[in-house]
Amino acid sequence: MSNVFIAFQANEESRPVVEAIMADNPNATAVESPGMVKIDAPGHLTIRRESIEERTGSRYDLQQLHINLITLSGHIDEDDDQLTLSWKH
Amino acid sequence: MDTRVPKKKLGLKDRYAAMTRGLGWETTYQPMDKVFPYDRYEGIKIHDWDKWEDPFRLTMDAYWKYQGEKEKKLYAVIDAFNQNNAFLGITDARYVNALKLFIQGVTPLEYYAHRGFAHVGRHFTGEGARVACQMQSVDELRHYQTETHALSTYNKFFNGMHHSNHWFDRVWYLSVPKSFFEDANTAGPFEFLTAVSFSFEYVLTNLLFVPFMSGAAYNGDMSTVTFGFSAQSDESRHMTLGIECIKFMLEQDPGNVPIIQRWIDKWFWRGYRVLTLVAMMMDYMLPKRVMSWKEAWEIYAEQNGGALFKDLARYGIREPKGWKDACEGKDHISHQAWATFYNYTAATPMHTWIPTDEEMTWLAAKYPNTFDKLYRPRLEYWREQAQQGNRFSNKTLPMLCTTCQIPLLFTEPGDATKICYRESDYLGDKYHFCSDHCKEIFDHEPEKYSQSWLPVHQIYQGNCFKPGTDPTREGFDPLLAVLDYYEMNVGRDNFDFEGSEDQKNFAAWRGQAQSN
Repeated sequence: MSNVFIAFQANEESRPVVEAIMADNPNATAVESPGMVKIDAPGHLTIRRESIEERTGSRYDLQQLHINLITLSGHIDEDDDQLTLSWKH
Repeated sequence: MDTRVPKKKLGLKDRYAAMTRGLGWETTYQPMDKVFPYDRYEGIKIHDWDKWEDPFRLTMDAYWKYQGEKEKKLYAVIDAFNQNNAFLGITDARYVNALKLFIQGVTPLEYYAHRGFAHVGRHFTGEGARVACQMQSVDELRHYQTETHALSTYNKFFNGMHHSNHWFDRVWYLSVPKSFFEDANTAGPFEFLTAVSFSFEYVLTNLLFVPFMSGAAYNGDMSTVTFGFSAQSDESRHMTLGIECIKFMLEQDPGNVPIIQRWIDKWFWRGYRVLTLVAMMMDYMLPKRVMSWKEAWEIYAEQNGGALFKDLARYGIREPKGWKDACEGKDHISHQAWATFYNYTAATPMHTWIPTDEEMTWLAAKYPNTFDKLYRPRLEYWREQAQQGNRFSNKTLPMLCTTCQIPLLFTEPGDATKICYRESDYLGDKYHFCSDHCKEIFDHEPEKYSQSWLPVHQIYQGNCFKPGTDPTREGFDPLLAVLDYYEMNVGRDNFDFEGSEDQKNFAAWRGQAQSN
């Protein structure tokens, strides 16, 4: 199965997002490079608003991801509560 | 009860629909085709523009908000970088030559992309596509500006960055990226999207903005990594646009599939050729390297691009024709390109050098099948010659590929000891190519590519001298006349890094940074 991936700038705003993704997607692996962290997952990967809010203790709008997002691959399905990357249709 | 009940906020999907639909119009006193002359003439059939959706569903209100936040962050970093003379913290002044290539060859492309998206955004009849193109057009203009601002601090202290726009239209190797975008911007709107949104943004842009920018962080260049990642976060939106537009076109009509396949073949290859510059930036120009070009190619082209083409197979789309040759090239192109820049260093507003022994050991480990066998002996020979006072420098001008405009420096598929060379005849003239794929692109549209402005041809025809230059006068030096036309500072902007003003200044400034 092909991987999807998403990468963020390695900073304090991204840290809870990365932690939430790693907790919600047991198959995901995080690869750290200078200045960035890239998360690979076979087939699909989901980012959940609630999981991020649990970590930060404050409201999070998923579109805030754009500020620290570097790159991604796969088809996107996004609503107010989750963003899923996948190679499924 | 008079208590006002607040209306429930629309969800993301409804908000997107409300902000991107119903913004167009049907013309009344002029036919639609006259007002929108371009969105049919390539033969692409669109039956329902409403099927176009931006997967991120970003609307203008959210766009301004988040772009504003990104700008504040970026300029805070640039300010801090400047206030602290942070350019003194980079690993080595050789690194700055990668930034010279960036401001010379990449930043002007952002401006071309801005113009291209503004143009196609005006000419699509579907509102969703127009909104997406409009946002991307603004993004690209922002990239041009932020890159120029971020790199301006280096321009104050280092040579070879003072005249990038002037050079973009004139200097020999900059015709490679320039011709890519001029080709795309003069195509129809759907071909433009396939070229830029899909082939360049989705399949190839990661290779430019991700490992190289991580390399900038590794080399202490906070200014560049910040503009790179800030731009790349827009690219992730552009990538979703790229995959959306290709799916949209393929799903609208089966007749679109063969047209698009031909464009994918063409634009993958053209984009791959442009990235040759990035390959050598990563392997030769970063003093501290994050990964080799070959490793980056495996991650971002073979794995990511491979997944994409596997996915598109359901439409009958196959991987681009040049795919296998490009994958073979991962072992070669950075070495072949660097060798070319080394031997044309007199005509190049950046410095070159022979890698150190440690760097050659790194290259040998990353390229176990090719470096020691094919490329190390040549570099060591040149180093030995330079030490004896015979620095190898090429005085004649190379044959250029009419399509990609790169000198014929690449080798045959399957035989890296033989230069690859192809030719075609058109209206009684001969045209030359670096590969089967560039030849095929020409043969399909010779009326377009026979007009290519090829720097070497123009130099030999006498079109690259300043007005008033007299080539018949005694002692005329054509190379110096061309460099005068480029407005390069001979002896400062060009030749070897070793002994350059950049090298000496950086060493002196670093000394001052370490003590009084």
